[in-house]
Amino acid sequence: MPELRTEILVIGAGPAGIAAAVSAERAGARALLVDMQAEPGGQIWRGQWARPTLAPARQWLDALRGSPVDARYGLRLVDFAEPGLAVFDTAQGAVRVRCERLVIATGARERQLPFPGWTLPGVFGAGGLQVLVKNGWPVKGRRVVVAGSGPLLLAAAATLRAAGAEIACIAEQRRTRDLARFALSLAPNPGKCLQAAILRTKLAGVPYRRNAWVERADGAGRVESICLRRGARSERIECDALAVGFGLVPNTEIARLLGCALHDGAVVVDEHQHSSVPGVYCAGEICGIGGVDQALVQGEIAGRAAAGAATASFRLNIARSRSAHFARALRDAFVLRDELRNLAGDDTLLCRCENVTFAQVRGCRSQREARLHARLGMGHCQARICGAAGEFLFGWDAEATVRPPLAPSRLSCFTVVRSESTRQESP
Amino acid sequence: MKTDVLIIGGGIVGCAIAERLAREGIAACLVERDVVGGAATAASMGHLVVLDDDPEELSLSAYSCARWNELAASLPAAAEYRRIGTLWIARTEAELAEAERKRERLVAAGIAAERVSAAQLQVLEPALAATLVGGLRVPADAAIYPPVAAMWLAQRAIDAGARLRCGVAVEAIGDREVLLSDRSRIGARHIVVANGCAAPALLRGVPVRRRKGHLLITTRMQPAVHHQLIELGYMQSAHGTNTESVAFNVQPRATGQLLLGSTRQFDDHASEVTPRLLQRLVARATEYLPGLTQMTALRAWAGFRPATPDHRPLIGPWPSCDGVWLACGHEGLGVTTALGTADLLAAQLLGQELPFDAAPYAPARFAASSEHCHVV
Amino acid sequence: MSSEVRLFIDGAEFRVPAGISVAAALRHAGYEATRRAFDASPRAAFCGMGVCFECRVRIDGSERLGCLERVTDDMDIRCDA
Repeated sequence: MPELRTEILVIGAGPAGIAAAVSAERAGARALLVDMQAEPGGQIWRGQWARPTLAPARQWLDALRGSPVDARYGLRLVDFAEPGLAVFDTAQGAVRVRCERLVIATGARERQLPFPGWTLPGVFGAGGLQVLVKNGWPVKGRRVVVAGSGPLLLAAAATLRAAGAEIACIAEQRRTRDLARFALSLAPNPGKCLQAAILRTKLAGVPYRRNAWVERADGAGRVESICLRRGARSERIECDALAVGFGLVPNTEIARLLGCALHDGAVVVDEHQHSSVPGVYCAGEICGIGGVDQALVQGEIAGRAAAGAATASFRLNIARSRSAHFARALRDAFVLRDELRNLAGDDTLLCRCENVTFAQVRGCRSQREARLHARLGMGHCQARICGAAGEFLFGWDAEATVRPPLAPSRLSCFTVVRSESTRQESP
Repeated sequence: MKTDVLIIGGGIVGCAIAERLAREGIAACLVERDVVGGAATAASMGHLVVLDDDPEELSLSAYSCARWNELAASLPAAAEYRRIGTLWIARTEAELAEAERKRERLVAAGIAAERVSAAQLQVLEPALAATLVGGLRVPADAAIYPPVAAMWLAQRAIDAGARLRCGVAVEAIGDREVLLSDRSRIGARHIVVANGCAAPALLRGVPVRRRKGHLLITTRMQPAVHHQLIELGYMQSAHGTNTESVAFNVQPRATGQLLLGSTRQFDDHASEVTPRLLQRLVARATEYLPGLTQMTALRAWAGFRPATPDHRPLIGPWPSCDGVWLACGHEGLGVTTALGTADLLAAQLLGQELPFDAAPYAPARFAASSEHCHVV
Repeated sequence: MSSEVRLFIDGAEFRVPAGISVAAALRHAGYEATRRAFDASPRAAFCGMGVCFECRVRIDGSERLGCLERVTDDMDIRCDA
C-alpha cells in the first residue's frame, strides 16, 4: 500500500480546507490536502476549479495552484490504522498518509426529511442537484421545484435556472415574519446583502412561496409531480425534478472517530480552531454552519495554528465575529416547523439504504434501538441521512458512536500495518 | 404488582429466562439498563453451534441448538434463523485428524457430522482457498440475528405476563430486592443476574472477565459462501488463555452479506474498534477466502464476551446470597445456549426435573472466591 | 483536449461531454434510475455529494459513487451496484 508523509494533513478541500492548507504552507509547514471529490472547491465552489466565476474562489484556487501544497483528490478516509496514520480508499486502491497534525474541514451535508415519494429518481437534495448540475447534470428545459428551507434554496434555484432549468417555484417552509427578521439581520454584513440582491435579480419572475412545503412526490419510476402544502391548501405541481433540503448538518464523522468533543452537533474548537483532541484542528461548517466567509477565516486560523504560527490577527478576529453573527441569524430564521414531522406515512422509508419504514421503527426510543431491531442506518450511508432525520423527527441522538470503516471501503484497506510503531507480534 | 423473579439484564439470556418463567405463570420482571439485546447480544455473530470440546459444553450446546430448532417455525423472518450448517476447515493433516476426532464425539452425541475431502470442500465452498486440505460438515448448525431474537423472546415474555423495564439500571442487590438507578426499589423472591460482563459490578467475586471481540460485515455483493466457515484452530483460540488471538470464522447472512470474525483479547477494555485487530482479522479471513480483498467492508464493531476461568457459564444459585441466581459468563456462546440456560435455571429455581446435569455450571464451583452480597 | 469522451454503460457505447461526473453521464445517456434497491425499487443520485450512496455504480469493476467520479475515455460503468 503506498504511504505518503506530511506534516499537516488537511481533510476536505472546500474553502476551509484550501485556506488551511495554503495558510499552513505560507507559515512554513508542509501540508497535504485531500478530498473525496475529483477536484478542489467543496460543494460551494464546485466547477470553479476549471472555470472560476466567483472572486474569492478564483483568489483561493489560484493561491492553491501557486502554492507547494500537495493536493490529491478522490481519497476517502477509511480509518486511522494507528494514531497519525490515515488510511484512504481510492479508485486505485488503498493509500496511507502519515501525518503529525490534522486539520479536518469536511463541511456539511443537507438535512433530508422523509416524505412519501422521496426515494423516486428525480428527487434530489437542493444543494445536491445544484452540485450535480455544476458537474454536468443536464437540466436544460427541465421543470424543477425547489423546496425545503434556508438560503441555499435560492442559490440552488439560481444555478439551476442559469443552466437552463425552468423553476416551477421555490417553496420555503418558514413563515414570512421570520424571513423578514433574517433579511434585517444581514444589514451589518454588506457582502451578504449584495449576494441576496444578486440572487433576487437572477430569480426574477420565479414564484417564491413562503409557509409552503412538499407533502409528497409521485410518479412511475421517476418524479412526475409533487404536492405542495400551503396552510389548508394543497396544490399539485407537475415537474421533472424536485430539489429539496432542510438546512445543513456538519459532517463530523471523522472528528467523532478521533474523539473530538461536540456541542449541538458541531465540533467544539478554541480560538486557534483546535479541537479537544491534541493535534487535531477543525475548520468550516463542521464547527457550526456559517457559510463560506466563516469557513475561509477558520481555515486560515486552523492552517496557521497547525503550522505553529500566530493566529491572533485583528483582521481574522473581526471576520470571525461577523461570520458568527450570520451563523446565529441563519439558525434562528430557519427553524423547521412541526408539520414537517408528520409528512411520512407508515410505509414511507426512513432508511433508504436498508428500506426501513416508519412503521418498523415505531416504539423505538433511540437511533440505536431502531438500528438493532429494525436495521435502521445499517446500510451504505451509515445513517448519514436517516440519523439527521431521526434527530429532528424523534429527538434521537444522531451523534452515535462512529466506527471504522467511515464509509464502505474495500477490504484491502485493512492490510496489516508493519511499522516502527507497531508492536512486534509473536507467531 | 408483586414480582416473583426479577431478572437483571435484557440480553438474549435474560430474555430467554423471562420468557421461560413467564410461560410457567411466574410474575417475572426483566430490567434492562439500555436496549434489549444491545450489549454482547448485539455484538455477537449469532452462530448456533454445537461445540464438543468438553462433554459439558457439548450437552449444553446440543440441547440448546435443538431447542432453537423447535422454535424456528415461530421465529419472525427478521430473526433470520437459517440452518446453514457449520464447515470446520482444516489447513493441515493434524487439523484433519482433529476433524475426525470431532466427528466421532459429535456422532456419539447424536449430532450428524460428515468428513469433507479437499475436493468436496471446493465443491461445497468454491470461494475457499484451494490449499485447504479438508474439513468437517455439521449440517444442523444454524445462524440467527440475535437482537431481534432477543426482542422476540422478550415480547413473548410480556405476552405471557412478564414486565419489561428498559432504560433503568440495577445499582445494587439487597435482601430480596434491588435498588434501581431511578432510586426506586423492586422486591422479588428471586433475583437472577443475567447481565453478562456487568455481573461482577453487582456481585463481588463473580468470576467474569471481559474478553473483547471484533466483527466486520461486508456489503451485500460478496462471493457466495453457504456455510458458517470456521478454522479447526478456532477452539485453540477460544479456549486458550492467550491475551490476544485471531481465528478465521465467517458467516453468510440472510442479507447476502458476510460477517467476518473473530478476535479475542483479555486486556483491552476500550469499547472502540482496535484497528490492529481489525487488520489481523481481515488478514486471517483472506488466507481462507482470497477473493475477499476485492470486496467491500460496510461496518466493523467490537464487543465484550463475559468469560469465566473455565470457559463454562455460571448457571444456578449464587451460594453466598440467598435468593440470588446467576445466568452469566457464557463468553461467546450466550446466543447458542440461551434457551438451554433458561430451561436449566428455571428448572432449578422452580424445583422441577433438570433437563441435564446442572453441576458443571454451578456457580458454587467458584464459591471460594465469592463474598456476601452487597446490602442496599 | 477532446470535448467528448466515449464510455460504456452496461455494455452499450455512449459519447458524453468531457469533464462531467459519472452521475451526469448516466443522465445524459437517458438513465433515470441507476440502481435497484433490494426490493427492486428504482434509485438514482440524491445527495450529489458522496453522502447517501444512492448513485453507486460499478466502474471498471469496483464499486464507486457516480457523483464523485469524473468520466474518462473507455470507462466501463455497470448499473448493478
